[in-house]
Amino acid sequence: MRKLITPLLSGLLLLPALLPLSAQAVDGSDIMQKGGANPAAMPCITCHGTDGKGMAAAGFPRLAGLPEAYIAKQLADFKAGRRENAVMQPIAQSLTPEEVAAVAKAYAELPKVNIKPGPVERPQPGSGAWIALRGAWERNIPECTLCHGPAGVGVGDTFPPLAGQSALYIENQLKAWRGTKAVAATRKTKAVAAVPPSRRNDPNGLMAHIAVDLSEAEIKAVSDYFAGLGESKEAFDESQHRLR
Amino acid sequence: MKNAKILAALLGSICLFAGVAQAADTANTPRNSRLDDQTQLPKAPAKPVSQQYFQPPADTDIPNNAFGELVRRGQDLFMNTKALAPEYVGNEMNCVNCHIDRGRKANSAPLWAAYPMYPAYRKKNNKVNTYVERMQGCFQFSMNGKPPTADSEILTALTTYAYWLSTGAPTGKALPGRGFDEPPPPKGGYDIARGKAVYEKQCQLCHGENGEGKKVGVTSVFPALWGKDSYNWGAGMHRINTAAGFIQHNMPLGRGETLSDQEAWDVAAYINSHERPQDPRLVNGSIDETRKRYHADDGVNLYGVVVNGKKLGQGVQ
Repeated sequence: MRKLITPLLSGLLLLPALLPLSAQAVDGSDIMQKGGANPAAMPCITCHGTDGKGMAAAGFPRLAGLPEAYIAKQLADFKAGRRENAVMQPIAQSLTPEEVAAVAKAYAELPKVNIKPGPVERPQPGSGAWIALRGAWERNIPECTLCHGPAGVGVGDTFPPLAGQSALYIENQLKAWRGTKAVAATRKTKAVAAVPPSRRNDPNGLMAHIAVDLSEAEIKAVSDYFAGLGESKEAFDESQHRLR
Repeated sequence: MKNAKILAALLGSICLFAGVAQAADTANTPRNSRLDDQTQLPKAPAKPVSQQYFQPPADTDIPNNAFGELVRRGQDLFMNTKALAPEYVGNEMNCVNCHIDRGRKANSAPLWAAYPMYPAYRKKNNKVNTYVERMQGCFQFSMNGKPPTADSEILTALTTYAYWLSTGAPTGKALPGRGFDEPPPPKGGYDIARGKAVYEKQCQLCHGENGEGKKVGVTSVFPALWGKDSYNWGAGMHRINTAAGFIQHNMPLGRGETLSDQEAWDVAAYINSHERPQDPRLVNGSIDETRKRYHADDGVNLYGVVVNGKKLGQGVQ
């Protein structure tokens, strides 16, 4: 027994020296600003912006106001490789479970994206708005707003807001859900191997088939649609109906 | 295979075929379970493999005139029933919840297959029912509300929308894709416990642990499947066979026809073994009398049946 306990104890005594922050309560906004205890967990604001609204031009997503459980799940999925991303995976792997919980909570407390309720929209067939509001049921593609909520403001912990995200981020995600198909060799060109989807963390496979069946043009158009909704400066109004 | 299923007698149709009778009945009409029961029309014919379902017109075909305006108004009401007609909707349902893709999707009780079948004589209430009367049944049962009057702007707009969707559809001819093309009852019967497992795996994410659905603010996004916000005990969807048809073809959303017939029946039984608003036709305050008159001959349903030691049909407020 003693042989076991001694190294264990000395290890415990050393721990605070190795991880200076671990003894203190983990502060989510601290992690945003300064990163995690492990230096590999870079400050979130570097890419997600000081206000947590992301960086549209680089396709770094908004995190402000996203559901706590959703953010925590994404970090867990990056860690486990169900969501592949060269930048985020090492960061997720460097965050402790406590840090993940704290940073998810802190981002969820920032203002949620708001789109002001308006009259019923009349989308034009073939437009991005059409996919967003009407879908393409002949291919079993529901309108995005059916799950992501009216104006894409998000529903519950599972369906994140699409409003407030940049076109590049949404486009990248749809492409990550679908991967690319193999292209056979021809006399003049070499065969191109299929690229499997790099994002495989959709519950019940709800997103994968949609992304696969959307055309490149539709992906671009629907991404532009949600990015173009902008954001209302007014607070999120829970009392008004949001029309479809 | 699905097309080969012959079960006309058992198969219900849905909210669309539920309960017109009621709204239109007068107090003097003699009633019995045969006359008032919620069952339905014969099964829709099978779709020949080579053929497409009927294609309703595209939105771009809506004319820019007064008629077109009413078509659009009907479509708005169809999608936002609770928000735009709150005085007639007693729960949190919208027409589009059961009639997916704005009433256009085959096997989701499309309007283009329903509208051209009315007016229709129904021996259930021994009278000729109009399409408007049929829709009043939806408001009374599926929406657990009060039907708008037959000449109301709301029902005129909804009728205009259904008429427009049926442009080019033959009148009085049952079209493939009508109703929900219900799968036959499984050979070994259905199992509520097995259905609970299907629910937890496939449905709970959107419809909630207690079938309560999900909202954004006051707006329902995923409809409630039981409880006060859902369809009442008189709605066609309370039949297990009807719900099984809807589920098999349309759920999980966008991934229809992935559950087996058995899974669809099991999960439909689980959903419909929960309490929901009372059947508005409640007879003398008695569940047993109501069962005898309206539910005993109405497909497969659990109204008035004791499940897990509790008699269903108590209703919820």
